[in-house]
Amino acid sequence: MAASIQTIIPMIVYLALSIGIALWARQQSAKTTSQGFIEEYFIGSRSMGGFVLAMTIIASYTSASSFIGGPGVAYRFGLSWVLLAMIQVPTAFLTLGVLGKRFAIMARRTQSVTITDYLRARYDSDAVVILCSVALIVFFMAAMLAQFIGGARLFQTVTGYPYAVGLSLFGISVVLYTAVGGFRAVVLTDAMQGIVMVVAVVVVLLAVINAGGGVAQCVSTLKGIDPGLITPTGPDNAVPQAFTLSFWVLVGIGVLGLPHTTQRCMGYRDSRAMHDAMVIGTLLIGFMILCAHLAGTFGRAVFPDLPAGDLAMPTMILKLLSPVWAGVFIAGPLAAIMSTVDSMLLLVSAAIIKDLYIHYRLKGDASRMPVATLKRTSTWITAVVGLLVFVAALEPPDLLVWINLFAFGGLEAVFLCPIVLGLYCQSGNARGAVASIICGVTAFMALSILKPAMGGVHAIVPTTLISISAYIIGSYLGRHAHELRNSPKF
Amino acid sequence: MCDHRIKQANKESLISLAVYAVYFLWWYLSGYGIGDTDPDTYSYIFGFPSWFFYSCILGYPLITVILWLVVRLFFKEIPLDADVRNTSSMKGEDN
Repeated sequence: MAASIQTIIPMIVYLALSIGIALWARQQSAKTTSQGFIEEYFIGSRSMGGFVLAMTIIASYTSASSFIGGPGVAYRFGLSWVLLAMIQVPTAFLTLGVLGKRFAIMARRTQSVTITDYLRARYDSDAVVILCSVALIVFFMAAMLAQFIGGARLFQTVTGYPYAVGLSLFGISVVLYTAVGGFRAVVLTDAMQGIVMVVAVVVVLLAVINAGGGVAQCVSTLKGIDPGLITPTGPDNAVPQAFTLSFWVLVGIGVLGLPHTTQRCMGYRDSRAMHDAMVIGTLLIGFMILCAHLAGTFGRAVFPDLPAGDLAMPTMILKLLSPVWAGVFIAGPLAAIMSTVDSMLLLVSAAIIKDLYIHYRLKGDASRMPVATLKRTSTWITAVVGLLVFVAALEPPDLLVWINLFAFGGLEAVFLCPIVLGLYCQSGNARGAVASIICGVTAFMALSILKPAMGGVHAIVPTTLISISAYIIGSYLGRHAHELRNSPKF
Repeated sequence: MCDHRIKQANKESLISLAVYAVYFLWWYLSGYGIGDTDPDTYSYIFGFPSWFFYSCILGYPLITVILWLVVRLFFKEIPLDADVRNTSSMKGEDN
């Protein structure tokens, strides 16, 4: 038990720091107007500089899968899975670069603080807003639940304490600091969590290479276990080329459809911050993904007989590092989990209070609600949503676990076309957006459930093609309705 | 909406896509171009199979340097705030 207490102390220090940041951020939000408070709580008054922007994009994007799941698969499939993971390197510059300054300018002009705000301003359509808000709430709740479960299981494996203890410890702290501090607390803790993640992966990788007797020795051990482990297509062609190439859509272009990542592109201070973040973000995310997945691969050379890939990362942390260091570095994956959950939590809360309540009950006029009430309501809604997910994670309901399987691709199917095509196609309109959302989600669910033979191609590829076509056809059919409304906003 | 800001932003988006394409080509050609053979014929660089070294270890610092150059050379600092005509309602809140 002494060892597990030593492991837990650095984690508690780290969680306490996060809450400290939230309290500090709360001080910053002493704004006088309701719109001012909304801008602060949900987008941090658009004040992010380059480094924080880079870190928050990385941290909100990388999640449990980047630290546990991904390296776990790399453990089984070798270097081929590292090659696949490296497709994610352009995430930061792709989201920032492609949405770019047009998106930032639009967001400011329309006072948008969430993706839904932006879509409302762009399409001026209740159908688009409601579909997107509902999709966001459902998929995010399921994704947050999965993150919580992953984190709590990891905690259980490493410390030996029961599942519920770990869940309470980091579940309650993430809900607390997000509810209290809002966006500013989320991005500042993201920056801290990003640094912890980078340090954690380097130390684990070095420990593994050291234990395996150097890089060349690790590679030849892997080749001895199965030559497929060092090829780009994996053992017995387990990772065929068509499958790997589909990930250029799923975790490449498709990332432009993840609302918690793209929302960051509304919140930077100026052009300079965006330029810096594109470079810093790419360097750090590449480094982190490479180290984490390579550690998983080489883990096979050190611990060849683990029953499940998901155990690779926790086992390496436990066996190769001293208890205190294990505590510091287990914070890496926990940080990745928390930084994803906090971003999602805030957006669910924004969807409920801003996109639905203020818009439909207060007719879009936030100033009808006193600032103090708005402040209290925002904090409480964030807290209640978080606690709901927390309670669900104690006894995970099958339905949510099932929905989570579709969360990532589903979000992309919903948001990709309305955001990106909406930004660059002048003639896109509400009918196109609704058509692409409905066709995209239906196609994605159908393909994922029925699993027709597609030669290894992931369901997201046909889904994306279908939703793009639906957007174009829908916009074409709906163009007269659009022309009748004589308020072209863009 | 000032026209030159939109033009510049469109140009920057296209450049970002071009860099993305360059990364894809580098990743694909070095990964599958070198690596899709019998593992017994592999050559090694710093202990890694050469396909892996070029595509994964060299690839991302390379793209970071290209990105840095591109941002330096082609990206411009343009104001992002709403243009003067529309700011009256936001003044004093967005600081």
